[in-house]
Amino acid sequence: MMARKIDLRHFTGFRAITVLCLVVLYTPLIVVAVYSFNASASITNWGGWSLKWYLDVFTGPEAGKFRAATVNSLLIAVTASITATMIATAAAVAMHRAGRFRAKALSFALINLPLMVPEVVTAVASLIFFTTLGFKGGLGTILLAHITFCIPFAYLPIAARLQSLPDTYEQAAMDLYASPREAFKLVLIPLLAPGILSGFLLAFIISLDDFLITNFVKGAGVETLPTAIFGAVKQGIKPNIMAISTLMLAISALFVTLSWLIGRAGQGRAERA
Amino acid sequence: MAGGGPSGGGSGSSIYRGAAGRLMLPGWLMIGLFMLVPVLLMAVYSFLTQEFRGGVIWRPTLAAYDHFFLNRGFFGDEPPVIEWTYLTIFWRSIWQAGLATLLCLIVGFPTAWFIATRAPRSRALWLFLVTVPYWVNLLIRTVSMKFLIRDGGPLNELLNALGLFDGALGIVNTNLAVQLGLFYSYLPFMVLPIYAAVERYDFALSEAAADLYAGAWETLALIILPVVKPGIVAGCILVFVPSLGAFLAPDLLGGAKAFMIGSLIEEQFKGAAGNWPFGAAVSMVLMTIVMGVLLVYARAQAKGGK
Repeated sequence: MMARKIDLRHFTGFRAITVLCLVVLYTPLIVVAVYSFNASASITNWGGWSLKWYLDVFTGPEAGKFRAATVNSLLIAVTASITATMIATAAAVAMHRAGRFRAKALSFALINLPLMVPEVVTAVASLIFFTTLGFKGGLGTILLAHITFCIPFAYLPIAARLQSLPDTYEQAAMDLYASPREAFKLVLIPLLAPGILSGFLLAFIISLDDFLITNFVKGAGVETLPTAIFGAVKQGIKPNIMAISTLMLAISALFVTLSWLIGRAGQGRAERA
Repeated sequence: MAGGGPSGGGSGSSIYRGAAGRLMLPGWLMIGLFMLVPVLLMAVYSFLTQEFRGGVIWRPTLAAYDHFFLNRGFFGDEPPVIEWTYLTIFWRSIWQAGLATLLCLIVGFPTAWFIATRAPRSRALWLFLVTVPYWVNLLIRTVSMKFLIRDGGPLNELLNALGLFDGALGIVNTNLAVQLGLFYSYLPFMVLPIYAAVERYDFALSEAAADLYAGAWETLALIILPVVKPGIVAGCILVFVPSLGAFLAPDLLGGAKAFMIGSLIEEQFKGAAGNWPFGAAVSMVLMTIVMGVLLVYARAQAKGGK
């Protein structure tokens, strides 16, 4: 094979646009992170470096409100993502291991319904539904709504993993007299684990991220972190909001980095095997 | 939309034959009860009579849709003319969402291409850098954008210092600010599906084009774009649909003049307007548009698959 003079993968300017894309994506986040360390009480003037707004987040006058909102957010995200992941795992197994069954196409459409309906419509529909039934808005209604819209996000990576996994391992286990239950628990679930983990993480982040639906179904007095931040921002961006934002930013970045490193380690192992 | 179609993988295996119903039941129940039923109930609400404190009176009427499309004057007794207020808001939303999609495509395609053509190691790193902001809370990203572009903010000061601009920027509370917010919110949604499509692209096609004396840009327009089109269309839908119903970007970055569908709906339920049937009707119109877009997409996919 003769080496080509022109690189077929190269287009002039694409690298520059990629760099521009990253600059656009990161600039607002970096700017807020930097200004969260501002010693000045005004958000405009730079008064030197200080951690006082971080101290304010934990001990200031609004600390109690934000602590309660954080606890609610975490409680809901953990419960909703675990429940959604279990439901999604069962659904994925039905879709990819149960052969043909009636209402299969319909089931697939139903699982993916929360992805199709615009978020604001889901929010409105949920509010109407809970109000008509006489459900009082609170942690319960938020949780039910979150489990529902997290299911397709948990489903996608699990189904993708299951689809690429031949069922020969389970067949072999059953040939060796494993019961279907044992084949599921001892063979399928461990093989499926990476998909389940990434489905769980995705659902967790999606739940933690949600503002719109939560805002509609939460009722008075119950706040999650996004609704509490939104309420505060409506009265103007204050330095303590920037400190909270930076903390959440750091936690998100930590999460993705961890999942990326785990994924890369797993890939390395798969390549060696 | 990506991966996990109902037909794939299940043909030969029968390990869980007969258990499908039991396995699907929790999913059916949750989404059926807390998603499908609410949406159907919302459709019913759009045909009910307004209760002024919020909520509805169970008396069927077309008043909500009439109010949306027709203007019958203040006392409701003038001959009906087309009501432009809400159609304008819809048009603005479609325009803003379309523009955001176009901008995301212009920036997102080259980015996705560039990343997908790196060596595997550095490809993972570039991709990681693009996905990190996607995992950051949307509210926080929108607030950050507002902080950056506000009058007297860092961007304003930078432009003043460079002598490129004098005085206050005046971007916040304009359509431009909303556009920036939408573009910023959904850019990663454009990059990821195009990246997936380019990664699968067979460079033998480019080689064949080069053998036939096609230039690089000719190859891009005539060979590459048609082949990776499914990824591009998926990216466009992933940007357009959430942009159309967006609430945070128009609410935090836009003002009264930049009102979009999301804000209009929110105002009917949480705000001062308090007209639930009308809010439900607006939601129905929005959902109809979105379902129309998805239907066209599904048709195109089905045709492309043959």
